[in-house]
Amino acid sequence: MSAPSNNKVVKWVDDRLPIFTMMKHSAIDYPTPKNLNYWWNFGSLAGLMLVIMILTGLFLAMNYVPHTSMAFDSVERIMRDVNYGWLLRYLHANGASMFFILVYIHIFRGLYYGSYKAPREVLWWLGLVIYLLMMATGFLGYVLPWGQMSFWGATVITNLFSAFPLVGEHIVTWLWGGFSVDNPTLNRFFPLHFVLPFVILGVVVVHVWALHSVKSNNPLGIDMKTPQDSIPFHPYYTIKDLFGIGLFLMFYLAFVFWAPNFFGEPDNYIPANPMVTPPHIVPEWYYLPFYAILRSVPDKLGGVLLMFGAILILFVLPWLDTSKVRSCKFRPIYKWFTILFLVNAFVLGYIGAQPAEGTMLLVGQICTVWYFLHLLVLTPVIGWLEKPKPLPESISSPVVKKSGEAV
Amino acid sequence: MADTANPASGSSDGETRRDFLLYASSAVGVVGAGLALWPFVHSMNPAADVLALASTEVDLAPIAEGQAITVMWRGKPIFVRHRTADEISAAQAVDVTSLRDPQTDADRVKKPEWLVMIGICTHLGCIPLGQAPADPKGEFGGWFCPCHGSNYDTSGRIRKGPAPLNLAVPPYAFTTDTSIKIG
Ligand code: HEM
Ligand code: FES
Repeated sequence: MSAPSNNKVVKWVDDRLPIFTMMKHSAIDYPTPKNLNYWWNFGSLAGLMLVIMILTGLFLAMNYVPHTSMAFDSVERIMRDVNYGWLLRYLHANGASMFFILVYIHIFRGLYYGSYKAPREVLWWLGLVIYLLMMATGFLGYVLPWGQMSFWGATVITNLFSAFPLVGEHIVTWLWGGFSVDNPTLNRFFPLHFVLPFVILGVVVVHVWALHSVKSNNPLGIDMKTPQDSIPFHPYYTIKDLFGIGLFLMFYLAFVFWAPNFFGEPDNYIPANPMVTPPHIVPEWYYLPFYAILRSVPDKLGGVLLMFGAILILFVLPWLDTSKVRSCKFRPIYKWFTILFLVNAFVLGYIGAQPAEGTMLLVGQICTVWYFLHLLVLTPVIGWLEKPKPLPESISSPVVKKSGEAV
Repeated sequence: MADTANPASGSSDGETRRDFLLYASSAVGVVGAGLALWPFVHSMNPAADVLALASTEVDLAPIAEGQAITVMWRGKPIFVRHRTADEISAAQAVDVTSLRDPQTDADRVKKPEWLVMIGICTHLGCIPLGQAPADPKGEFGGWFCPCHGSNYDTSGRIRKGPAPLNLAVPPYAFTTDTSIKIG
């Protein structure tokens, strides 16, 4: 393999470290299915969001003070006195919500088009690891401003670990570094919040590595067979990704400039008070479906196990799905169940924000049962019983037939 | 040297010795790495100054019957309640075997009129309501946790809702008839 340029310097470096060859291979020539739709934009958008989070976070960290007596005031100082501090903070706070929106769409894309199935199981796992790390990072970050929701969110979530028999209390004390959420807790949450995004970055690199070795799935869910089925990443998908970025930035910045507290909780503008619990504690919206699962179980340990289980179960989805066909496009029954699964997740999210009593509790319990029923029973059974629609011979054949000529 | 260059044809004796060295040094390495990890893990446990956060003294004299106050001990709220005769008899009348976390009222107090507890819900750590006269006190007249709806009785025992345990009683002692030392 030769250097991607005749430039002497490029050649010299590339002979010693084939970095240009690698970049050309993976970002320019990389053969990509030619039928990708816009749902395939969300991976690169999530990557962009990670970069924005790291950058804004780094500059916020220059003015943030991780001490219980100063954290809240230092964030207010960022908002009022630091030049463009308000912009950095609103980019970061809304960025967290955007990141989760993008990643949820990205995950659902994978569910709908069967991207978790062979040979992409490891790619899917790495994605789930990123998602778990994001949840941890978002939780730690939300504690930093040290408002009422920060404090009580931290209290409730760290207390989840106390549900485990014997070791539970020790784990919680260890997490806190004391006997309640206090300065040692805040102090350690800051460096952890700082470093986890870089761990995420590392896993993203491996995620993309896995992707490039098994190649992208596509809306038809069939493999690329001939060079006719693919197009080079550059310029076709670089330009499409850039176009997506333009649209996404409009959406994101609309919140930053016109509704910066849309995703926030007013209670978090009240300084943390360990002696008063706010009447209604809600976690950030992106945890709500899991929070609803937690609260739908009347037993403490049971609720905690079911909540963690709801995510961990996704790791074995590639084996729970028994169908040989990837894309829901060709799965007349499972397609509707997949959409129903999404609706169910939205309902769970809504329930998670309501007080857990009466009908709300009952609906939450039904949705929780449905969540597990879908994955553990319906997915394998439908895979066996369903008769999929006939698959096209290749990615390009439907197009070729339609236009009646070779491409 | 011949062994090294061509292990397959070497005596099996030499192989076993080499295997032993490999396993033994790996084991020492793993144990060493484990030991080296401990200081890092333990550094996150409560530090000496946090553990030293000593005790809190409370003067009970100003608390009238039926009143309650909340004091801070080790960063946690402590509920101190001067119970009425009705509350005491209600707490004592409960059939202990019917409780989720069976404890008699006598187990939980030093003097029946003074109930001292850590005011932290044993579910997920919120502070139950019931200290102020206007607070909701739940179905059993004690405390009610707004977070996920746990109900505690006039002895602070869990009666209904997701919490598994009674409100904890901290270590404390009466220093005089009308003052206690917590911790
Ligand atoms: C995966 C990427 C990240 C996510 C999901 C995330 C999430 C969050 C969230 C939800 C908050 C609370 C926002 C608020 O309500 O004020 C926050 C605050 C903060 N984050 Fe991050 N963050 C990320 C990366 C980073 C990085 C890389 C750094 C440092 C280099 C950082 C530094 C900070 C600081 C200093 C604060 C406190 C200031 C504030 O509250 O606005 N973050 N983060
Ligand atoms: S924390 Fe009190 S009921 Fe959950």
